[in-house]
Amino acid sequence: MTASLVVVGASLGGVRTAQALRRESYPGRIVLVGAEPHLPYDRPPLSKQYLAGRWTAERVSLLSAADAVDADIELRLGVAAEHLDLDRRQVVLADGERIGYDVVVLATGSCARPSPWAAPSGIHTLRTIDDSTALAADLAVDGPVVVIGAGFIGSEVTATARALGREVTIVDPLEAPLGRALGAQVGSLLADLHRRHGVATCFGTGVQSVVGRSGDLTVLLSDGKRLAAATVVVGIGACPNDAWLASSGLRIDDGVVCDEFCRAVGAQEVFAVGDVARWLHLGYGERCRVEHWTNAVDQAGHVARTIARPDHQRAYRPTEYVWTDQFDWRIQVVGRPARASGHHLVGTLGADSARAAVLYAEAGRFCAATVVNWPKALVGCRRLLADGTSIDDAVRRIEDLAGAPGRPSPRGS
Amino acid sequence: MAVLRADVEICQGYANCVMAAPDLYDVDDDGTVVLLRTTVPDTERARVEEAVQGCPVSALSIEDE
Repeated sequence: MTASLVVVGASLGGVRTAQALRRESYPGRIVLVGAEPHLPYDRPPLSKQYLAGRWTAERVSLLSAADAVDADIELRLGVAAEHLDLDRRQVVLADGERIGYDVVVLATGSCARPSPWAAPSGIHTLRTIDDSTALAADLAVDGPVVVIGAGFIGSEVTATARALGREVTIVDPLEAPLGRALGAQVGSLLADLHRRHGVATCFGTGVQSVVGRSGDLTVLLSDGKRLAAATVVVGIGACPNDAWLASSGLRIDDGVVCDEFCRAVGAQEVFAVGDVARWLHLGYGERCRVEHWTNAVDQAGHVARTIARPDHQRAYRPTEYVWTDQFDWRIQVVGRPARASGHHLVGTLGADSARAAVLYAEAGRFCAATVVNWPKALVGCRRLLADGTSIDDAVRRIEDLAGAPGRPSPRGS
Repeated sequence: MAVLRADVEICQGYANCVMAAPDLYDVDDDGTVVLLRTTVPDTERARVEEAVQGCPVSALSIEDE
């Protein structure tokens, strides 16, 4: 009997796992299960091009029905997985169907952290294409927009709404946007970027309540300020979709707890990829969960190789990479700036022209970079990080790319 | 043989391809993809497909000759 593999989650990680298995000549049956009725789609445009109405649903497709047939991937869409039966090796779907497996890959992704503020209408979170379509409809109506949360989603939605001509206020309890990911100093430059584009900012302020309904909402801030809003967008992070696994007996701790090969701890035939995987990153010496696009793709490829090739049992230890487009800045981040103890700026991040790389150091080693509008430096930084180098060498190499030395900024971010 | 294609209008300079297959792809000073080779033997097709599927904006493709 041929082997059977089930991928649970028609997410980027799930689709890329199935495709990579075929690329690796996996001979068995592959079933891809997805809770949403839509064919698999890509999410980054949902806060940018798709939200702005510039891209169609077709343009964000990850896998067409014809692609699935060509790759011999069976689709089970519109029905969520409800239970994983490890003893019988079956995935149990919400409609009662049981799909047997020899290997199962968990790729159920994450969902938007629910809004703690409720109103009958007009409050949005953004995760799915239906979310984006609904938000786009509200953004098409003139009226002020309040965005709560200045992480990736909140910052991008702010830029998109502003480009659509809306008046936008962005609110975050931290002092700067993306402060958790990029550090306070780069974050403060992003706050300036928002303000230069006419966005009102309320940083260092929490939200007390939201009352009213679509078109007539009031956001009350913890400093007593009141903001009128036609539409409110809440972007306060994501939560892994792991609740359905609570009954499985797998170890769950803010994601599926996995070993360094992305194999669920205690279950040889279970793997996890993408947002839902909390695996042991040997480079960091700790378990981590990464919600970035490139990680889902890389992890999918890695796990597919591990499954398809018995001789390929290698630890997955990537260098993280994420990008975000906000106004006229393309910001690309490699590694984990939050781990750094100091940084150097090469290039300029001025109001008129931004083209720079911020190189972060941890114990004298180059550990991460934030690159703005400078693709060559991005490639250089990614290669230098992959090779492993000292911060001084890395700064020299990137300065060489710039053609002129940049001014190092004070240590200590 | 497999023929490599890159749509420079779609490319946004994410450079995942350069990391996946540095012998096939590079980016120029403007961050636009540059093909370092235009064909690869079928034996290398799998790793080209991996690079193609790692492009966030689907600017890359592969065709059979």
